[in-house]
Amino acid sequence: MATILLIAEQAHGHLKKATLSALTAAQQLAQKGGGQIQAVVIGAGAAQSAQELAAYLPTVHAVEGGGFEHALAETHAAAAVEAAKKVGATDVVLAATAYGKDIAPRIAAKLAAGVASDILAVVSANQFKRAMWAGNAIATVEVTTPVKVVSVRATEFPAAQKSGSPGAVQQLGVTAPAPKTKFIEFNEVKSARPELTEASVVVSGGRGTKGDFKPIEALADVLNAAVGASRAVVDAGWQPNDLQVGQTGKVVAPKLYIAAGISGAIQHLAGMKGSKTIVAINKDAEAPIFQVADYGLVADLFKALPELTEEVKKLK
Amino acid sequence: MKILVTVKRVEDYESKIKVKPDNSWIVTEGVNYRANPFDEIAVEEALRVRDANAPSEVVAVSIGSGAAQAEIRSALAMGADRGILVKHDGFLDSDAVARLLQKVVAKEAPDLVLMGKQAVDVDDNVTGQLLAEYLGWGQATFASKKESLESPEEKAKKPGLRFGADKKTVQVAREVDGGLEVLEVQLPALITVDLRLNVPRYASLPNIMKAKKKPIEELAPAALGVDVSPKVKVVRVEAPPARTAGIKVPDVATLVKKLHEDAKVV
Ligand SMILES: Cc1cc2nc3c(=O)[nH]c(=O)nc-3n(C[C@H](O)[C@H](O)[C@H](O)COP(=O)(O)OP(=O)(O)OC[C@H]3O[C@@H](n4cnc5c(N)ncnc54)[C@H](O)[C@@H]3O)c2cc1C
Ligand SMILES: Nc1ncnc2c1ncn2[C@@H]1O[C@H](COP(=O)(O)O)[C@@H](O)[C@H]1O
Repeated sequence: MATILLIAEQAHGHLKKATLSALTAAQQLAQKGGGQIQAVVIGAGAAQSAQELAAYLPTVHAVEGGGFEHALAETHAAAAVEAAKKVGATDVVLAATAYGKDIAPRIAAKLAAGVASDILAVVSANQFKRAMWAGNAIATVEVTTPVKVVSVRATEFPAAQKSGSPGAVQQLGVTAPAPKTKFIEFNEVKSARPELTEASVVVSGGRGTKGDFKPIEALADVLNAAVGASRAVVDAGWQPNDLQVGQTGKVVAPKLYIAAGISGAIQHLAGMKGSKTIVAINKDAEAPIFQVADYGLVADLFKALPELTEEVKKLK
Repeated sequence: MKILVTVKRVEDYESKIKVKPDNSWIVTEGVNYRANPFDEIAVEEALRVRDANAPSEVVAVSIGSGAAQAEIRSALAMGADRGILVKHDGFLDSDAVARLLQKVVAKEAPDLVLMGKQAVDVDDNVTGQLLAEYLGWGQATFASKKESLESPEEKAKKPGLRFGADKKTVQVAREVDGGLEVLEVQLPALITVDLRLNVPRYASLPNIMKAKKKPIEELAPAALGVDVSPKVKVVRVEAPPARTAGIKVPDVATLVKKLHEDAKVV
């Protein structure tokens, strides 16, 4: 029977939420093409994360130890391929996060597999939908190789549900290849706010903020929201890189997305069009962002955001 | 040092992209073409690395139809030394591109291959990683730097890539989820660049003139011994689902009322 291998993503013993969306995509693939799903978790803390994932799947493999401590593409792709060979995987599925994007093609190359990246939908056992030209077109692609690698846009798939009976974790012994890459440091952007891709509300600011994110942050705080930004803001160094929403940044689909001082370039829309409710606050009534907004307010954000923050407070 | 940099000819992001009525591809008539924006950043970085490590050479490679000569010329006009066009008409998947590039790398033996992280037509974000694996090289994807694009370092056009004193390694800051990671990669290395690595220069008129005389070598997939039949085919292209514009609200009070009572999101 065909086996679909899910490559989980985790940090320090905690599973990343995007993995559960990738699992849903794997389940849809199993429904359409037949087969069972197994998973592998790689890196420091893998055994613990594997335990968490075993609530969803009968068999989860864990690869831990020396060479896998840091998420180096060379070693992690090698471990994923070892796991794929061991379970006889016909499909390898993972989330299209920075980690997934880094390793998926290397896994594909090792398995002589075609790679469909950042998919939006599973059409059939070998056809997938994906966005091209900044979301100006949706393509159906067909992977023609016997083994397929698929990376999944997490916002397009709901998180998988726990199964009734918890599964088993198996340690998988893999010798890490000597990598040509060495981890030096990680400059983490620490934030007490929810993670951008996981938050149910996102408040984003653009060049219209002129770099002053205080009104954005104040509103985010009362809404328990994540903060996002347009490319203009990140390029100027006003906010960290990983807050960029868009075609070439993060894709978000919260239940509420508030864009303030953002014009609504196609590259930005590509990252937030899937949000349930979109609010735009812009002082230019002609700004393209209003074309996708459910509620548009033509106003100065420095006046409107503090008012909005106060009104929301009153509701609570 | 020898640096190979890739430039893909893509639809200009300012052009309106429309899907063909028969859903086979997008309408290409009336669309402007240019080099992939990420590749311009890769070219810029290649030039900075070359100039900080003389004597060095920058070779710009494109894979595509004869028209892609134009994008190679624009890399040459920015300052690249020579070009290579692997000529092929029609669709190539990223895997075929990676295997063609593997042959070009074998022929040229560069110390560094610089590529964009993503081609803004197909938005794959896979070619660099595929190539790194085919070559058995280390990779640093999504290269960025700690300094902002407004910083004095950027204004002084300093390379964001930091080479070891012996030129055997390169340190790269990369944009990953949650922050910036710094990796050290042994040369030869493959690096894909992100938006914040640099601001690409414009070609000056004298350099555009000079570029006309720089050589562009043409190669063919068959001569390189690469079977380019796709592992991933595009079978259909359709317009994205349209989002209907909503309403304008007159003030914040109305907005909050709508969000609370109608949308039920606050
Ligand atoms: C290859 C490539 C990739 C890209 N990827 C991305 C991406 O991933 N994400 C992304 O966001 N962009 C991306 N871009 C950039 C994109 O094209 C736009 O340039 C960018 O989104 C503009 O940011 P902005 O809306 O903040 O700024 P602007 O377009 O300058 O808009 C600022 C807006 O603020 C309004 N404003 C000004 N002052 C006020 C005020 N006081 N109150 C209210 N409103 C005010 C103005 O009316 C204006 O509409 C990419 C571009 C390229 C070429
Ligand atoms: N046909 C091509 N010619 C030259 N470079 C290419 C080509 N296709 C992809 N690339 C390179 O690979 C990078 C990533 O592209 P992709 O993986 O297709 O999104 C691009 O930024 C280019 O540098």
